[in-house]
Amino acid sequence: MTQVQAGVSQGRRVALTGNEAVALAMKQVEPDVVAAYPITPQTDIVQYFSSFVADGQVRTEFMTVESEHSALSACVGASAAGARCMTATSANGLALMWEVLYIAAGLRLPIVMAVVNRALSGPINIHCDHSDSMGARDSGWIQLYSEDAQEAYDNLLQAVRIAEHPEVLLPVMVCLDGFIISHSLENLEVLPDEQVRAFVGTYRPDVWLLDAARPVTMGPLDLQDFYFEHKRQEAEAMARAVPVIEEVAAEFGRATGRRYGFFEAYRMDDAEVAVLALNSTAGTARYVVDRLRRRGVRAGLLKLRVFRPFPQRALADALEGLAALAVMDRAEGLSTAGGPVFVEVRSALYDRARRPLTMNHIYGLGGRDVGPDQIEKVFDDLLQAVECGEVRRPVSHLGVRE
Amino acid sequence: MSTVTEVRWHGRGGQGAKTAAVLLAEAVSEAGKFVQGFPEYGPERMGAPVAAFNRLSDEPIHLHCHVSTPNIVVILDPTLIKGPQIVEGLADDGVVLVNSPRDPSELREVLGLGGGQRVFTVDASRIARETIGRDIPNMPMMGALLAVSGIMPLEELRAIMGQQLETKFKGKREVVEGNLKAIDRAIQEVQGA
Repeated sequence: MTQVQAGVSQGRRVALTGNEAVALAMKQVEPDVVAAYPITPQTDIVQYFSSFVADGQVRTEFMTVESEHSALSACVGASAAGARCMTATSANGLALMWEVLYIAAGLRLPIVMAVVNRALSGPINIHCDHSDSMGARDSGWIQLYSEDAQEAYDNLLQAVRIAEHPEVLLPVMVCLDGFIISHSLENLEVLPDEQVRAFVGTYRPDVWLLDAARPVTMGPLDLQDFYFEHKRQEAEAMARAVPVIEEVAAEFGRATGRRYGFFEAYRMDDAEVAVLALNSTAGTARYVVDRLRRRGVRAGLLKLRVFRPFPQRALADALEGLAALAVMDRAEGLSTAGGPVFVEVRSALYDRARRPLTMNHIYGLGGRDVGPDQIEKVFDDLLQAVECGEVRRPVSHLGVRE
Repeated sequence: MSTVTEVRWHGRGGQGAKTAAVLLAEAVSEAGKFVQGFPEYGPERMGAPVAAFNRLSDEPIHLHCHVSTPNIVVILDPTLIKGPQIVEGLADDGVVLVNSPRDPSELREVLGLGGGQRVFTVDASRIARETIGRDIPNMPMMGALLAVSGIMPLEELRAIMGQQLETKFKGKREVVEGNLKAIDRAIQEVQGA
């Protein structure tokens, strides 16, 4: 849920699936090039967008390729040539893009990609978890996570501005939960085409391959002499993305009334126990927080929107006053030390003199449904830890058959 | 949260449970309410049991999980009824709607309904065959749902749905008319107990 300020937006209230919302945002941005390969549950996005192309509603060069590796490679080539590029994928499609993910980021190409989160095989599974995008967390892509169709739409529009900002020039993934959001019809407010066009503006790269007046080379061999410096520059770009993400969110908020940040702290001011979640589970957790508050439990929710760059200090500020925190991971990192979100959040708290007890719940793998009663069980675990003063099971699997 | 109406549709692949849930959500959204409409995606195939869900509310909806405590259960295929488990979680004042030529009172026992729970039947398959020409019972069941659910004033929702069918099946007069006839007949013929 985003904070809506009345009277600002000129938007139109519609009912769309998450995939329809993403495809609409892409249509309104009208990138120069879209190269994509269909994979469940992302398929609708490519299908709808190809209809927009076929019906002449966009002038985008739409490239149908033979694999995801080629889809992202085509985006890399087109982006290097100076085009605004987009693609979309899920799970094994993202895995097939792997080496190209690093190339896109390393060449500092502002490609925007919707990732409709789905479990990686095997065993083969087409349903939601975050093993796909979490595995790509160190590839140099900025990662935005979306609670619902509204946020997927809003994040996609903001992603264009963040990626293309001259201080950043990094690719951005916009993640949304497969089926739970991608195939669920719900309400959102969409902006008029002209407002989207004004917000994203025209992409004018400073350096581009087809600029005959200023010839450049991109992606040559870069050995012991310069590779390290270029990686250092990439890391600095990721750090510079922090204020840019905030500026873009502020401008988006002024235009639409919908406020975004690195995370949303819901009923956290006086919270004693809280869960940290991203994507659609944050909505279910919000419902549970309200239910527990009515019973007098000082419960809160921290919904993480930006996982890359990781808002380490701000998160620690928001969490250090809790008595106990549960981090929800929809990916099993198989490290035996907890999921990817957990280890980073716990690390963020390490330097604080005051810090909560922490625990990790791995949940929802392969699309296992997670309802309010299960999240209430997480809060029970938290309250019990507060009472005993210790966490007996730091890492546990929620909703799994034992 | 009492303002949220939760609907669970049970059917078999090909009977239009998902289409019905999406169409209902679109119509109720058009009327200004907050909605969700989504199917349970399994290894879906013709004839296999499927479920679809709706949440309908005057306020924004944050839950993103299956409906486990429905106010309304719609059963598109009576052969799915193996006992009370199909209405699991039904609210104490909930409603069950079954595609069946039987008298609704005959179903109370097999569904294990409590005193505050109501059951309605309509022979949606027969209506579908006579109006649409095929046994796709989702639209007559939609009509019956509009009639008994009290989600919104029947006339308003019926009018919106008519417009939506017009948009969806542009130029296919007989499809639109067949579906609307199916809805209207079910509104007339649904029986409660």
